[in-house]
Amino acid sequence: MSAEPVPAHPTGRGRPFDPPQELMEWQAREPLQRMRYPDEHVGWVVTSHELARAMLTDARFSARSEFKRAPVHRPGTEPFFGVPAAPGWLVDMDPPEHTRLRQQLAGQFTARRMRELRPRLTGIVDELLSAMERGGPGTDLVEAFALPLASQVICELLGVPSGDRAEFQRNSRILFNLTSTAADTSAALDRLYATMQDIAAGGGEPGETSGLLQALTEDGTLDTEEIAGVGVLLLTAGHDSTTGSLGLSVFALLSHPDELARLTADPSIVDNAVEELLRYLTVFHFGVPRTPLEDLEFAGRQLRAGDSITVSLSAANRDPRWFQDEADRLDLTRRTTGHVAFGYGIHQCLGQNLVRMEMRTALPALFQRFPTLSLAVPAENVPLSTDMSVYGVHRLPVVW
Amino acid sequence: MHVSVDTTLCIGSGQCALALPEVFDQDETDGLVVLLDAKPPRELHDDVDEAVNRCPVQAIATTAT
Ligand code: HEM
Ligand code: SF4
Repeated sequence: MSAEPVPAHPTGRGRPFDPPQELMEWQAREPLQRMRYPDEHVGWVVTSHELARAMLTDARFSARSEFKRAPVHRPGTEPFFGVPAAPGWLVDMDPPEHTRLRQQLAGQFTARRMRELRPRLTGIVDELLSAMERGGPGTDLVEAFALPLASQVICELLGVPSGDRAEFQRNSRILFNLTSTAADTSAALDRLYATMQDIAAGGGEPGETSGLLQALTEDGTLDTEEIAGVGVLLLTAGHDSTTGSLGLSVFALLSHPDELARLTADPSIVDNAVEELLRYLTVFHFGVPRTPLEDLEFAGRQLRAGDSITVSLSAANRDPRWFQDEADRLDLTRRTTGHVAFGYGIHQCLGQNLVRMEMRTALPALFQRFPTLSLAVPAENVPLSTDMSVYGVHRLPVVW
Repeated sequence: MHVSVDTTLCIGSGQCALALPEVFDQDETDGLVVLLDAKPPRELHDDVDEAVNRCPVQAIATTAT
């Protein structure tokens, strides 16, 4: 037996848009292999597209948070892993609990509804771009555009009354800020729960704002605690991921001028361009966790009950066996079908069509308003959130 | 081409309904797929195949007729 040490999940990136090289080496050599977790547990990592999809559609693998381990230590995730799912947190549940919540929520996120949001999204985007223009000719695109867009959309979707919004946004900012202390984060989380609970319990002016929280309250199937939990989950799942995707997409386009030129010359490619950016950037860069609840065989390996498994979405989305035409190249018109940026199987992202609408609206509008948009600092000075659960840019200084 | 959907598998991801609203819609209460056209015209067949491939839970099936 060789005593080669079991590797940990890599975090270092050679190039800002490519996943750590180790993941790609593992994919080529052993797409289901052992990996060491921060608590010394020796579990597994899945890196091929084929096995990622097979595992995420195999009901023997649980998503229950009791069994989850984060592959990379990140302060702030402790309250969520190793304990049973919080009320409303369907991402940490298996059927039938998951099914019940998913069906309650999916009716609020239908493709039809997301399409109907388009005019409102255009309005928000235009307001933000006008504010940028007035303050120009330069800004931090995260602070001035990506973050307020993601934040405003989620507030409106949830139905946070306008009087509560400033406080709500202040608390989400603390929650998602890398430099917040653990005490500040947990206090902000408590206040967000309290706000959601107020809204769910019918606080605020009746009829003044109506969103998902009010709709769930009227429906009456979920209790107040579950509704508040759903609200915090949607905020947590949707805020950083959308901000990160928008910021990183703009950075990627500015770094690939030929691809950007294709998009500005022919905005009709935007739908596919957004899929390709989602695939290429895969902001859930630490993958998704799963656990077998019994000893079983998978892909020729013997897995034990309780083994932690990380399904690497970033590696799967660069698998040359699936994305045959130079998987590492950003190509806005490639065939993107089958990308797993939103996961796969029963937990596939609930907010995916909202994200699509936001990106399809925001990216063309940004480059149309500021045709000369460019980085204000050398690309290597753009601060990247390599150690956060969602990959993105902390700041994106631009000029026009 | 004959299209069928299995609402016991569907999770309401909305991928089919976003890609091909002529053939797929979703129920407003539970988000589950609603098949609008089980025999779509030939010019939509490629798009139906695409929806089949995008569905995260293999809830859409087609048979040749
Ligand atoms: C670019 C932005 C986003 C990305 C890349 C993303 C990615 C993902 C991924 C990979 C999963 C699967 C987790 C797993 O299998 O364990 C997921 C689930 C989820 N996402 Fe997103 N997400 C994004 C934005 C959003 C937004 C905006 C919302 C809500 C407004 C949202 C709500 C959710 C929810 C509720 C789940 C859990 C679904 C379930 O367990 O059935 N996400 N997302
Ligand atoms: S793509 Fe599949 S899971 Fe999603 S709504 Fe259509 S049938 Fe349901």
